[in-house]
Amino acid sequence: MTIDRRHFLKTSATLASATAIGTSALAADPMKIGFVYVSPIGDAGWTYQHNLGRLQMESALSGKVKTSYVEKVPEGADAERVIREMANSGNKIIFAASFGYMNYMEKVSKQFPKLVFMHATGYKSGTNFGNYNARFYEGRYLTGVIAGHMTKSNVLGYVAAFPIPEVLQGINAFIRGARSVNPKAEVRVVWVNSWYDPGKERQAAMTLVDSKADILTHHTDSTAVVQAAEEKGVYAFGYHSDMSKYGPKAHLSACTHHWGDYYIKVVNQVLAGNWKPDNIWGGIKEGMIKLGPISSVVPAAVKSKVSQIEAEIKAGKFHPFAGPVVDQDGKQRLAAGSVMSDKDLGGMNYYVEGVTSKLPKS
Amino acid sequence: MTELIASILFATIVAATPIALAGLGELVTEKSGMLNLGAEGLMAVGALAAFIGAYSFGSPWLGLVFGIAAGVALSLVFALLTLGLLANHVATGLALAIFGTGFAAFAGKPYESQVLTPVAAWAIPFLSEIPFVGKALFSHQPIVYLSWLLFGVVAWLLARSRLGLILRAVGESPQNAHAIGLPVRLVRLLAIVFGGGMAGLGGAYLSVFYTPFWTEHMVAGRGWIALALVVFATWRPLRLFFGAHLFGGILVIQLFVQSSGLQIEIPSQLLTAMPYLVTIVVLVFISGNAKLIRLNSPASLGLPFRPD
Repeated sequence: MTIDRRHFLKTSATLASATAIGTSALAADPMKIGFVYVSPIGDAGWTYQHNLGRLQMESALSGKVKTSYVEKVPEGADAERVIREMANSGNKIIFAASFGYMNYMEKVSKQFPKLVFMHATGYKSGTNFGNYNARFYEGRYLTGVIAGHMTKSNVLGYVAAFPIPEVLQGINAFIRGARSVNPKAEVRVVWVNSWYDPGKERQAAMTLVDSKADILTHHTDSTAVVQAAEEKGVYAFGYHSDMSKYGPKAHLSACTHHWGDYYIKVVNQVLAGNWKPDNIWGGIKEGMIKLGPISSVVPAAVKSKVSQIEAEIKAGKFHPFAGPVVDQDGKQRLAAGSVMSDKDLGGMNYYVEGVTSKLPKS
Repeated sequence: MTELIASILFATIVAATPIALAGLGELVTEKSGMLNLGAEGLMAVGALAAFIGAYSFGSPWLGLVFGIAAGVALSLVFALLTLGLLANHVATGLALAIFGTGFAAFAGKPYESQVLTPVAAWAIPFLSEIPFVGKALFSHQPIVYLSWLLFGVVAWLLARSRLGLILRAVGESPQNAHAIGLPVRLVRLLAIVFGGGMAGLGGAYLSVFYTPFWTEHMVAGRGWIALALVVFATWRPLRLFFGAHLFGGILVIQLFVQSSGLQIEIPSQLLTAMPYLVTIVVLVFISGNAKLIRLNSPASLGLPFRPD
């Protein structure tokens, strides 16, 4: 058959459309996902754990997603700019991992209704704006039980960032755990007004040790407190990640965060098209909080007791804030026999008995 | 109780040292008539260079040398622009402050979560046994003792030596100093280099001795405080020393107040602002004598000089 012009055009058109249909059926572009971090990723800490989650999700769904991140974004106007830039550059999901991003996420989510906005640790949500948090207080309670056993001076030191409910939950759970085995224990809190300021955190830790604290812990992003404890020869609990590398002799255990499984779940929902905004608050039961490995200096009896409580929390049989809950002024906040509701936990603005410092009016 | 006060005194000295060092350098620079506002940037690059030196070679002393060298190098840029090209002092200094901080943040990214082994304190053998004073004053890291030595030497040199006289003359009236044959620009260059080295040393102290790691906002405004202290102390070294310790003391006290469990309800933000407020008030108050201010401030501060 001769190849004449008409024939040639017909064949090439068929071939071209066949290829086009074929390729478009093969691979959709991987979904772009952006992460906003408040502090440097580093080797341990809040952002490090979120990043581990991101990497876990990326490898589990490899080929289907492409993730990127921006770290050290301050909680202010800059945050809005970064979030908006991510929305404008083709990201389908944006995860923002810090409390202070909440209002900016809400604002930008209203302007980009087709994208998915996920905010960690806050209380607002919307039609395309979901919220996720972890019950850090469960891990804190367990570290408190260990602290109550191990302290000799009965003074525990806590370096904290901002007096928001989530931080207060941690402090209160810690001292409740300690007092459940040692009624004489007290905790002193120093506020550094920053999520990440190793210099200030270290100074605060040193001051607490000078004020007779022999076990330290923190609700800030760096490993400074654990390192200070190691230098001063006292004990410490890591937070977010296991920090024993920074304080081999000082580190007793850590309340660790795990976001990978949750990220995989959310991204799969978005990929399948059945994601709905949610306000989830997962704890030990959902695998978002785990008590890190416990140091060998802790007696075996304490270790087994703590494992038992951990199992009870996981099974839903024990709640760190089961009544009675009395605040440091003596007022009863929750009667005996009931368990604190999530709403009351989310609005916690007081210290419980056992916290010696006074809550700063912010 | 005495132990607590000794701890507070100890922490005060530790907190005051970097500011005092940077302030001393700035004082000498300003006494020669050069207004170098870039102390914050100088401290930042000094801190980073010192960290890199200490981390890569395992020696905090080498880190110190690197830190001083970085401060000197950046201050030479200032010298080139203001001495050589007669640029405006304020603009150049500010630009250097911003550049220094930014560059240190950029170059320091790979070092951000690394740690150094903390440097042990050098407890002076006999003196540190003294019950109260020993722990507070004589159990410090060696760089603290170095800062005391430097203050003593510089204060004496400025007030009582020919070198100090030349420096002050250059700062008062460079034209007259030039007329009688003093090497005005050389003296100013040396003063700038000294200032840069001191600021670098202050920064090095922060990243190697104070908190043995590096982070972007490590200097946290201490360079600016040192600048302000020099002015509020009316360019007198001993007043500067006192001002730096007053500042450090209040910085530290607010932490002790919080951790003591005292039932005080002062907002922690006010406690954080306190050091700045109190230092300004006190220094303005004690340096209020107008005659003395005129006597001590270098008359040609910030004015360019060109020998003709």
